[in-house]
Amino acid sequence: MKKTAFERVQTARHPERPYTLDLINKIFEDFVEIHGDRRFSDDPALISGFAKIGGIEVGVVGQQKGRDINERRHRNFAMTKPEGYRKALRLMYMAEKFKRPIVTVIDTPGAYPGIDAEERGQAEAIAFNLREMASLKVPVVVVVLGEGGSGGALAIGVGDRVLMMENAVYSVITPEGCAAILWKDAGQAPKAAEGLRLTAAELSKFGLVDEVIEESDLWTYNQSDGDNQKVFERLKKSIVTNLKELQGLSVSRLIEGRYEKFRKMGEFQA
Amino acid sequence: MPWFSRNKPKIEQNDEQRIVQTEGVFTKCPECDSTLYNRDLENSMQVCTKCAYHFRIGANLRLELLFDNGKFEELDQEVTSADPLEFVDSKPYKDRIEQAKKSSGLPEAIISGKGEVGGHRVYAGAMDMSFIGGSMGSAVGEKITRLIERAMKTRGAVVIFSASGGARMQEGTLSLMQMAKISAALAQLHEKQLPFISVLTDPTTGGVTASFAMLGDVILAEPKALIGFAGPRVIEQTIRQKLPKGFQRSEFLLEHGMVDKVVDRREMRKTIIRMLDFMMNPEIK
Ligand SMILES: [Zn+2]
Repeated sequence: MKKTAFERVQTARHPERPYTLDLINKIFEDFVEIHGDRRFSDDPALISGFAKIGGIEVGVVGQQKGRDINERRHRNFAMTKPEGYRKALRLMYMAEKFKRPIVTVIDTPGAYPGIDAEERGQAEAIAFNLREMASLKVPVVVVVLGEGGSGGALAIGVGDRVLMMENAVYSVITPEGCAAILWKDAGQAPKAAEGLRLTAAELSKFGLVDEVIEESDLWTYNQSDGDNQKVFERLKKSIVTNLKELQGLSVSRLIEGRYEKFRKMGEFQA
Repeated sequence: MPWFSRNKPKIEQNDEQRIVQTEGVFTKCPECDSTLYNRDLENSMQVCTKCAYHFRIGANLRLELLFDNGKFEELDQEVTSADPLEFVDSKPYKDRIEQAKKSSGLPEAIISGKGEVGGHRVYAGAMDMSFIGGSMGSAVGEKITRLIERAMKTRGAVVIFSASGGARMQEGTLSLMQMAKISAALAQLHEKQLPFISVLTDPTTGGVTASFAMLGDVILAEPKALIGFAGPRVIEQTIRQKLPKGFQRSEFLLEHGMVDKVVDRREMRKTIIRMLDFMMNPEIK
């Protein structure tokens, strides 16, 4: 069903939308979580660990929202802190060391904007991930699952393939934030959502997304009907197919290909 | 010279007030209220001769102050903003770009140039707040990426002066991806053992801070510059409390280990040359 951009924003934020742990339960096997950045603490807004998908051992990192009020608070609404990004990088380095591909799952309103996050170098944590992910020697498949909130999303989003759920959104700023700045009125968010071109269909036109995964009308974590299940299966199939393709490439082809992919992004006059 | 002394706390200046007033003979320092001769101010690189308040300066002056004899060859002038999203807010983005070109006299929010600094081959970029708040869209991302790629081809160093409100909203996710594009180029520069010196000036926030600005081999900051990921207003709204004094200023970042050195503008060139002397090792080919 055709949705407006803002309806997709709302769908991406829907309280029953599948989260990273739901994917791990439904399409990955044998997940074991690892914790902590070895620098400061463990960030529950981002989970990392080892898992298998379609028989392939992978390192997984993903942002995690909470289902109820307590979990939401515990997960800080998936607003990742520097220690979360550093934990993600730790997992990715480890996957590289053991020659296992990486799957990252993006679902965050944005990196946490707080005093402590600034003190511990939120900007540096994001920037460093961007640079390091560009040179990882193993395949990286990125899934934009729900909200792709700006730099906080991109910090785990530099990969060889970017898959995006049909109703996920990926933007430089939230529609509310954009509307507040441009029209001094957060109520103009639907208009901002339209203008920002943040939907999967639009972003694939700009070459920022490689594959759009079709969803059912309201894809949820808990319904067991066929259509709902099929979405999980489609996503799994796409991840596995892409991983297999990428595993056939030499390390230099892989890294060059990743560079070229991001190198081409942007439209300007020259 | 006690240029860092600061006696009375001052109310935050807004953007307009912080911009150097070029008309007339005198300029009033917003920090210490001294009346300064414009000629003296020019001689001191737009730094208050009484209290060392750093007035904001434009991209061209930045590069002149950096390069040997103020000489450089401008690069990639032809790379300018398009309007891929056909974005319209209170006015069309297209008009906003044209207006910015006229009012700033610049082709984009960054000027890049090639030249020598202390005899070293340097590719430098300077951002300019007067062009849509120094924001980074596709053209800025492309200019910086080309600068890094040029440095790699001829084994030069990269120096970038940041001054930016972050990614340019009017180009949406394309602006966001410039962070990845530039950072990937910096990964290659790093691999080739070539230097990147990042200089943070007032203000450096958002997607610029969260990408290349924080990826310098060394990161220098001008005194009291606002530097952060999230803007102070966003943080205040999120946590609903007042921010501590000096929060997100250069000195705060130095204290938290996020920058290497806070450097007075009048010492900047000398400091950069000293660092390039160390980094540009002829043994590395
Ligand atoms: Zn003064």
